[in-house]
Amino acid sequence: MSARVLEGREAPVLSLRDVSADLAGRRVLDGVTFAVQPGEFTALIGTNGAGKTTLLRVILGLQPTSSGTVELAGARRGRRSVGYVPQKVLLDPDMPLRARDVVALGMDGHRLGIPVSPRAGRVRRARVEAALASVDALDFADARVGTLSGGEQQRVLIAHALIGEPELLLLDEPLANLDLRSQHEVVALLARVAEQHRVAVVMSAHDMNPLLPVMQRIVYLAGGRAVSGSTEEVVRSEVLSALYGHHVDVLRVHGRILVVAGEGDEPVRPPGEEPGSVESGIVSVP
Amino acid sequence: MNALFAPGFFTNGIVHSALIVGAVVAVVAAVVGTFTVLRAQSFAGHALGEVGATGGSAAILAGTNPLWGFIGIAVVAAAAIELLGVRQPRSRDLATGLVLGAGLGLAALFLYLGTTSQSTTGASITVLFGSLFVVSMQMVPSIVTLSIVALAIVVVCYRRLLLTSLNPDLAAARGVSLRPVSALYLLALAIAVSLSAETIGAVLSTALLVGPPAAALRLTKRPIAALVAAAGIGVLATWLGILLAYDSYTWPPSGRGWPVSFFIVVFVFCFYLLAQLRGRKVTRG
Repeated sequence: MSARVLEGREAPVLSLRDVSADLAGRRVLDGVTFAVQPGEFTALIGTNGAGKTTLLRVILGLQPTSSGTVELAGARRGRRSVGYVPQKVLLDPDMPLRARDVVALGMDGHRLGIPVSPRAGRVRRARVEAALASVDALDFADARVGTLSGGEQQRVLIAHALIGEPELLLLDEPLANLDLRSQHEVVALLARVAEQHRVAVVMSAHDMNPLLPVMQRIVYLAGGRAVSGSTEEVVRSEVLSALYGHHVDVLRVHGRILVVAGEGDEPVRPPGEEPGSVESGIVSVP
Repeated sequence: MNALFAPGFFTNGIVHSALIVGAVVAVVAAVVGTFTVLRAQSFAGHALGEVGATGGSAAILAGTNPLWGFIGIAVVAAAAIELLGVRQPRSRDLATGLVLGAGLGLAALFLYLGTTSQSTTGASITVLFGSLFVVSMQMVPSIVTLSIVALAIVVVCYRRLLLTSLNPDLAAARGVSLRPVSALYLLALAIAVSLSAETIGAVLSTALLVGPPAAALRLTKRPIAALVAAAGIGVLATWLGILLAYDSYTWPPSGRGWPVSFFIVVFVFCFYLLAQLRGRKVTRG
């Protein structure tokens, strides 16, 4: 076999097979199957309630599955090779931790005892410094972490997740509540970080458009079911109509993709969606 | 000199042991209490202290040292909190409040029986409000051993405690199992609260537990510095309290001294107010 074929067969960093999960007796994930290759940038797209957060928690092992298998790179579920940035974390302003302390906890927060060795301390400080630099957080490295803005805390938490040199970085709605400019900054930062650290990124979002320039794979979730592939493969009228169980149109306008509920006798309300709302944040006219 | 340190302060054996026991307990309370504040478990700490009154009064009735009563009931109550594992804050507070009420009712009964059978009111005052001057020297080895256990738990779990206090999901994603950390921490909390109850009384034990850490957290943004500052404030308040209590034997009305717990709690509160004022400047700067 040539090197190229071998490359193509590299083991995925994450693979889900037929994963289902229930929350309070309700099926939230229903037969979800997809795989993420090393270094791949994956967008997990779906409306509120589509199961994005549950899916991320299943991958982390924080949420038990009802059936199916989740395989992470490495033999068993080596949780330490996964970095995680939770949704809308607002850290306690009273926490006696500087931004750099939070990043250091990403490296050794699971260890026992109090770190005292000065030599290990120097190595530690250098790694923390590098992680802070890679997310442009050096300016506020010594600030009490709970007093930073939401965007700054997010960058600190990305550094916290990256410093353990994971093969997979999971982010839950990192663009929520950000204005357009900040959204582009975060996306650019993540793309750069993914490249530098050779880490596969899986991030959830309800709008795919800010991610179009960087994403290599899309996992589209609706009503707990998922389709996965390249944007061209997945974001098509017939694929998404089958996923939603009713007709939807996919429109490409000025480089943006709009998914709108279809017209006619079909129900205008896809599973998990509020009436009148649509994918991609554009209001549909049924 | 004599105005500040009344004659005999440095030569009195009772004062010596009060200074030593008081300092040890203040350090344990401050170190454990820092995480009580960060984990927003002050109410649990308060409840463990007050429920301790039940155990303390039962111990006196049974003729043993109240410390064993405090610690016995606090460990049982901590285990109950952990096992019930009620996650919703409102139901958790409700359950704690109900258990607390029942416990204090029992304490009232035990203290009444103790007072009538032994015809002394000393027991109720000791259990509820404590006194460093009556801690017996025989208890010192037990107090030191328990202190070492509580401090060892915090030292061993130090980084896990920080991470779980910061955000439980981040800790879980790093492979930290939350349950053992929280159970071990509650054990340390039960010990710290019982030791505080032994020295400044069941009712006042929370003051020593959360007061110095609350002040320290205003003053510094580094975790180790916060622990050291909290311990320092706790020890200082305790020693100043002992000093004034000793001096107060020459004060009106009775010339029999004011309660040492009163002075300690007042100093803790003053340090907290001072830290608030200074802390405001620190955050702005």
